[in-house]
Amino acid sequence: MNILKYLIQKEFLQIRRNAFLPRLIIAFPIVIMCIMPWVMQMEVKNIVVDVVDIDHTVESQRLVRQIAASNYFIFGGQKSTYSEAMKDIEKGHADVILEIRDGKYLIAANAVNGTKGSMGSAYLSQIVGEGMARNVECGMWNEKCGMIEEGVRRKEEGEMLRAEEGEMLRVEEGVTTAENVSTLILYNKNQNYKLFMIPALFAIVMMLMTGFLPTLNIVGEKEAGTIEQINVTPVSKWSFILAKLIPYWIIALFVITVCLLLAWLVYGITPSGPLWLIYVLAMLLALFFSSFGLIISNYSDTMQQAMFVMWFFIVCIMLLSGLFTPTRSMPSWAYMTTYINPMHYFIDAIRTVFIRGGGLHEIAHQLSALACIGAIMAVWAVQSYKKNS
Amino acid sequence: MKQFISFVIKEARHILRDKRTMLILFGMPVVLMLLFGFAITTDVRNVRTVVVTANNDYLSQQAIDRLAQSEYFMITHTVSSPQEAERLIRSQKADVAVVFAGRHKGIQMIVDGSDPNMAQQWTAYAQQTMVPLTQHSTPITQHLLYNPQMRSAYNFVPAIMGMLLMLICAMMTSISIVREKERGTMEVLLVSPVRPLMVIIAKAVPYLLLAFAILVTILLMARFVLGVPLAGSLFWIVIVSVIYILLALSLGLLISNVAQTQLVALLLSAMVLLMPVVMLSGMLFPVESMPVVLQWISAVVPPRYYIQAMRKLMIMGVGIGDVVKEVAILSGMTVFLLAIALKKFNVRLE
Repeated sequence: MNILKYLIQKEFLQIRRNAFLPRLIIAFPIVIMCIMPWVMQMEVKNIVVDVVDIDHTVESQRLVRQIAASNYFIFGGQKSTYSEAMKDIEKGHADVILEIRDGKYLIAANAVNGTKGSMGSAYLSQIVGEGMARNVECGMWNEKCGMIEEGVRRKEEGEMLRAEEGEMLRVEEGVTTAENVSTLILYNKNQNYKLFMIPALFAIVMMLMTGFLPTLNIVGEKEAGTIEQINVTPVSKWSFILAKLIPYWIIALFVITVCLLLAWLVYGITPSGPLWLIYVLAMLLALFFSSFGLIISNYSDTMQQAMFVMWFFIVCIMLLSGLFTPTRSMPSWAYMTTYINPMHYFIDAIRTVFIRGGGLHEIAHQLSALACIGAIMAVWAVQSYKKNS
Repeated sequence: MKQFISFVIKEARHILRDKRTMLILFGMPVVLMLLFGFAITTDVRNVRTVVVTANNDYLSQQAIDRLAQSEYFMITHTVSSPQEAERLIRSQKADVAVVFAGRHKGIQMIVDGSDPNMAQQWTAYAQQTMVPLTQHSTPITQHLLYNPQMRSAYNFVPAIMGMLLMLICAMMTSISIVREKERGTMEVLLVSPVRPLMVIIAKAVPYLLLAFAILVTILLMARFVLGVPLAGSLFWIVIVSVIYILLALSLGLLISNVAQTQLVALLLSAMVLLMPVVMLSGMLFPVESMPVVLQWISAVVPPRYYIQAMRKLMIMGVGIGDVVKEVAILSGMTVFLLAIALKKFNVRLE
């Protein structure tokens, strides 16, 4: 026990004497928590729309005003021809073109970023549709029908459609039924993207702090040659590895506290579930990542090697965890990997506790999975450390 | 010249002997391309749906059938009260609940709103599925240019190129120089008759070749595995990439001047370089959605321009005339960084 105490003291001395590490440990969570929620906005907004208005009617001008007033869009300007607007898209100055010709609307969106393209074009068609519905109320429906029929004659779409009386009725019916569907959004009522991302940020900060620092630890001692001095002492494998792990758990405890405080102070976001569960989850994640880092450190010969291997695993673990994209959308082979991905359990559980306000009962499954994976990794970390080189 | 070549060979041996790093260097692009191409999607699929229905009438049955048949939704539970449905959503057993209250009360959807984007898409898809609108009811035509199937790979391939080239060039060169400082072999090199500048250039050459090999790997995979079009001219794609690789190398050189130990060099390149690259370059998160201050900061992040230029050249297939701005900024940054790096380069060790 005494040995363990001295070993831990040695680890802390090593961390403190490094000019860079203490500053990193303190500054990193603060910087990440203060900046990243502003960056990680997957919301679609500020889409630049170019309008090619050939009709020059009152309606089309009203539409342009509506687009400029919407907070999704920025009005990029009127262009006289479609190809001129296209040039703007190619230069990257505009994202969407709206062409108004003979009462028909053509929306062309730059879909290199698929989400942005499709959502932008959906929002725009919604605005156009609302504008048309207002026209219908103004009794302009017949005029519109005429336009549709004219469009049909031009066969631009290559498909026939008839704006018959029955068709119109069915449209009306469709609209009324659609309005009957009401939506209740649970947990994140204001649709605040920050609330969704902040638990994910906890995970990222914990992962980087408790993952990378241990990775560089043992291999650093190897390169410096100090590990040989430990190897010839009677220190047991268990106490050596445990002394390496415990400082990172303490760092993790500090980091998660800073993160929670900042989320509360800066963004006013607090967990809706029990706080102690968040700490338990964070410690289990720290157990996994610190053990994992030490395993890689044990098997590596140089820092560079260790860093690259760790980086590789971290990127895969992070991308496949459902941190950014829903795991259910993945193809089945990728979904299978989430069963052994501790980050997936952590993200699921912390979002349940933090956003959905779940308790122990709701996340029992994730907790036990995390604990299992963590325990296996800790044993492996001890086993992989060899005292004789 | 002979000296120079033998120096290049020495450096190449350093790289080739580290099998594990080599494996990661070539495995990384392949794995990342596969992940981003196939696994990382935001498509609406397999949404777990709870049906809440008290009495099974014809209308609700019809809507349920439509949901069950669609590829987007799968009905996992059927319960009798909204409270039960809420409990299921809370414990992550379902994402959406559809409540059929009765003939005249309409349909209510209860959505797990923790992910705002997905919540919106789920609602829209469910509405479309349950209440199919008659086709051609509006004179609105929508076109999705360049990427009609909305494949995320189109967006991510240029981003992966920007990230990997930066990582490999900047991180690897800086570490290899600092390692020689740390081990003391740098002194041996500096007292040799080779000019110090030559030592550094010879160090950069193998990494340049390596980066080039990785570039080719990525382009081949993008074209033949992911089916991403190379719409623009290959010549300009390569030229712009070479400018970017040079930029990354000079950044690496700059870091190696500042850092004295490998740990600092690693952390500097990982935290100071990699984080902004991933976060602020518009790789994952669109720059225009950020607050203005961060948009200004992102204006000095070089990969932003590279990724923009590559998206235009590769995916949109525009001519070089439309990317002049990006290329000019990249070249300017390269010259600037290279000048600083060479000026700060120390011939003597303290």
